[in-house]
Amino acid sequence: MSTRTVLHEADIARALTRISHEILESNRGPAGLVLLGIPTRGVTLAHRIGSLVTEFAGESVPVGALDVTMYRDDLHRNPTRTPQPTQIPPGGIDGKTVVLVDDVLFSGRSIRSALDALQDIGRPAAVRLATLVDRGHRELPIRPDFVGKNLPSARDERVNVRLVETDGVDEVTIGS
Amino acid sequence: MRHLLDTKTLAREDALRLLDVAEDMADTQQREVKKLPTLRGKTIVNLFFEDSTRTRISFEAAAKRLSADVINFSAKGSSVSKGESLQDTAQTLQAMGADAVVIRHGASGAPRTLATSGWISAGVVNAGDGTHEHPTQALLDAFTIRKRRYGADSRGRDLSGVKVTIVGDILHSRVARSNVWLLGTLGARVTLVAPPTLVPHDVSAWPARVTFDLDDALADRPDALMMLRIQLERMNAAYFPTEREYSRRWGLDAGRLAALGADSIVMHPGPMNRGLEISAEAADSPRSTVLEQVANGVSVRMAALYLLLAGTERVEGAAAAGTQKEDAR
Repeated sequence: MSTRTVLHEADIARALTRISHEILESNRGPAGLVLLGIPTRGVTLAHRIGSLVTEFAGESVPVGALDVTMYRDDLHRNPTRTPQPTQIPPGGIDGKTVVLVDDVLFSGRSIRSALDALQDIGRPAAVRLATLVDRGHRELPIRPDFVGKNLPSARDERVNVRLVETDGVDEVTIGS
Repeated sequence: MRHLLDTKTLAREDALRLLDVAEDMADTQQREVKKLPTLRGKTIVNLFFEDSTRTRISFEAAAKRLSADVINFSAKGSSVSKGESLQDTAQTLQAMGADAVVIRHGASGAPRTLATSGWISAGVVNAGDGTHEHPTQALLDAFTIRKRRYGADSRGRDLSGVKVTIVGDILHSRVARSNVWLLGTLGARVTLVAPPTLVPHDVSAWPARVTFDLDDALADRPDALMMLRIQLERMNAAYFPTEREYSRRWGLDAGRLAALGADSIVMHPGPMNRGLEISAEAADSPRSTVLEQVANGVSVRMAALYLLLAGTERVEGAAAAGTQKEDAR
């Protein structure tokens, strides 16, 4: 039972700043961008990236939340999950470039659920994926476009992202 | 949650969780594609021993929006009219692989019998049993009151301080019973108004105030006024002299509608007897939530089916009767 911190507050801030620049670069500006966080911590990260992008581009970018609970493929294997609110920005997602934001990318199954959920809401021009930590062990052909940190991990290790808004501290830890 | 049998034993946190999940379900109903894949492969049986249109259709819509397969069973034209017992019917459904049974029955307590007998391993939802309870109706009423009062800010809130007045045939009404228990649990203050002949004997034990005079109750400025249907099919004794007299003393006419506060809402579980317990003016006024209640009913029933069916595979039999706790996400 050992836990070590792999990202501190400043590392997280740097990673999010870089991701924000990369999003703007690949999209050639803020036009048509919509950031959708996956609850709980993805939403917090989406809002942080949203304000950074707004700051860098000088133009505000819509931020929302996309709950994937009801699209998961493991619902009947786990205790009942409580869905979280989905908030789609007023402009919708049709024809937009949607950037999904999650805290940890692991099996890729949440992202598959998110893609299914998006399909029921509208038809984006493109969907990208930003994640603070990519810990590997993908079970589906899904890869992120923007990564804060690649974190090699063993399958049974636990990666925890804590953020000030929900946990009172900014850090990423890995432990067994 | 394994079964939804009544609101009397429904804990406050379970009730709030159900209402909050219903908010999420309601949000999904605004989407382009309203169908969710959540309960794909599950089979839900609507087992209706009593006539019902809106409750059955509402449950059917809820199940279909969650991609479950629905089998409708009504007692008319089935083996029940040949004398099949509830046990045999239930075991037949079990053999067909039902994951949940939504039951309406004329006998109070039939859903509990079904849930605790060990005849089936499916989850049981009470869709109205005799004069006992109708929990999903009370939940959708609470949801409607909360939604009108707090709008988009409804999640997590209870109904503390909300004044709800329920008018009509309290004696035969399972809707009134379920509402009294649920609204009480959620912190609302409930007043019951009825002719003395239509007040149950055991009402002193209920968390509600009882009065016989509707105008007295209206003077108290209720936030929600719930008019119950006069159930003419259950009126096998003379509970009041004439329908006209009932309408004059306990009906919601234009004058009484005007006496309501500006933010008060008028509710009715349907189907309405226009001109008897509720006037057309009241039923069609912007204060009336009748159609919202129908729409919210689908969301609330989706939430109930989700919480019953989306969790871990259930253990056979009564051993798993306790409610399951959720994990942190």
